[in-house]
Amino acid sequence: MIWNEARECISRDEMQTIQSARLRKQVTNVYHNVEFYRKKMQELGLEPGDIKGIEDIDKLPFTTKNDLRDNYPFGLLAVPQSQIVRVHASSGTTGKATVVAYTRKDIESWQECVARDLVMCGVGKDDIIQVAYGYGLFTGGLGLHYGAENLGCTTVPMSTGNTKRLVTMMEDFKATAIACTPSYLLHIAEVIEEMGAKDRLMLKTAICGAEPWTEKMRLQIEEKMGIHAHDIYGLSEVCGPGVACDCQFHKGLHIQDDHFFAEIVDRETLKPLPDGEVGELVFTTLTKEGMPLLRYRTKDLTSIDHSPCECGRTTPRISRFKGRSDDMLIIRGVNVFPSQVETALLEIAGTTPHYMMIVDRVNNLDTLEVQVEVEEEFFSDEVKEMENLTKKISAALQSALLIAVKVKLVEPKSLERFAGKSVHVIDKRVLDE
Amino acid sequence: MYMKQLTVFLENREGRLESVTELLANNNINVACLALADTSEYGVLRLIVSRPDEAKVLLKDAGYSSRLTEVLAVRLEQTPGTVSRLTKVLAAAGINIEYMYTLSSSKEFGSMILKVSDIEKAAAAVSEAGMKLVDPEAAYSL
Repeated sequence: MIWNEARECISRDEMQTIQSARLRKQVTNVYHNVEFYRKKMQELGLEPGDIKGIEDIDKLPFTTKNDLRDNYPFGLLAVPQSQIVRVHASSGTTGKATVVAYTRKDIESWQECVARDLVMCGVGKDDIIQVAYGYGLFTGGLGLHYGAENLGCTTVPMSTGNTKRLVTMMEDFKATAIACTPSYLLHIAEVIEEMGAKDRLMLKTAICGAEPWTEKMRLQIEEKMGIHAHDIYGLSEVCGPGVACDCQFHKGLHIQDDHFFAEIVDRETLKPLPDGEVGELVFTTLTKEGMPLLRYRTKDLTSIDHSPCECGRTTPRISRFKGRSDDMLIIRGVNVFPSQVETALLEIAGTTPHYMMIVDRVNNLDTLEVQVEVEEEFFSDEVKEMENLTKKISAALQSALLIAVKVKLVEPKSLERFAGKSVHVIDKRVLDE
Repeated sequence: MYMKQLTVFLENREGRLESVTELLANNNINVACLALADTSEYGVLRLIVSRPDEAKVLLKDAGYSSRLTEVLAVRLEQTPGTVSRLTKVLAAAGINIEYMYTLSSSKEFGSMILKVSDIEKAAAAVSEAGMKLVDPEAAYSL
């Protein structure tokens, strides 16, 4: 099944015609409505008329996460705020969130993309889907929710948390699909086992995203749970989950490129790379009204393939991610930057103690331990005070990072020092292919 | 002048305590007594040593987090009920004991180290009750 053959199976020529028309319109739009883009284009001596088609995209300026932060919260809007119907936000590096805003039409395009992706995963209107992403500022919950409703699924907004209740409802409702992070799904699989519920379930499909996982882990899930597992990709800056997804052939993730034009650029030169070469993924939002982005640098490293897929779709596919070009970590689907830890520690201790973030995967759930060297300034002879310090640090980190953090106090100079570039992260999660 | 206790932060793993005692030994500093408060991850080592100020500098140079804390040392007769009397006196004066441990113990006398919520008030209450404070110098030269 294909949700929108007219878009997903269109010839590449026809797609380029659509993309060219949409890009011309978008460039004119941001030039006239977003001061940030007008200035950037003027600095490059560009006017909207210089962009004749999609082949001219590499003339346009890039946008980075810093640009979003500098224009926090609504500086990049291309429409009056009265036309914005929803706002989402992701955690930022300095405690400042990155905000994205959607018009009614943006929400419609988003749910269209998610519906295409769900159908790509084999989900249809007769399915009962549990959405077990966090609901809230994070795009995962509401993104999948609206897409599933748009498709006509019976949509159950589980959110995250009570896993036993989730499994009980999975059984009682005869749920056939679930959307959540892959690590949470593995945890759910364990709870299913503990409850001995596996044989009573009707689950057949899982749509997982929001954190990096490997093909090995996907196969492990499929085998363990006896279901099909799919990888859905998105980033809040561009819209949220639904930007790309893998079909039943699992040969890369199909990009909804009538809405999101993808380029792969060389990390150093920022020049576009041909199919198959690994570089940074860059998106231009062709249809977004609320907060359009030109050539947004995702920091995700991957390659692209424009050849038609066995599934019949002609949309280009990006391969599984090879890593990221900055220091961002994704822990339980949440973006975490070492600088956030630094800021939180600075606020408590008054100095920046040496610290190390240990990311691990225990019982299939990501864990974060932050080891902090105990400097004399905040060392006390009373255990009570030391315990208070630990609590204070972990509460501050938790509220800054939005995930649970275990704090461990260690002796000064006990954490490893690295010459030159300071290393503050040890990621023990095995993500080999 | 109250007793100076040397307090050292240690991770709760093998060899950490040894490294501190070795450092003190190599510098000819005597340990009159010590108490170790442990948690699963770290310990707080409390020591009465012969030259606390010097020991503090040595530890700092060796990279340890340590501090000097003023504590009360009280001499008690080696007879039943003296510890009970001491704690009673402090409780009556509204003073909380954060921690306490033994400094020394012999046939006739014992002495306790106390970290209290208000050291001045505690010292006054103890003296008023007729109990003697241990002279810090005497403890350092134990």
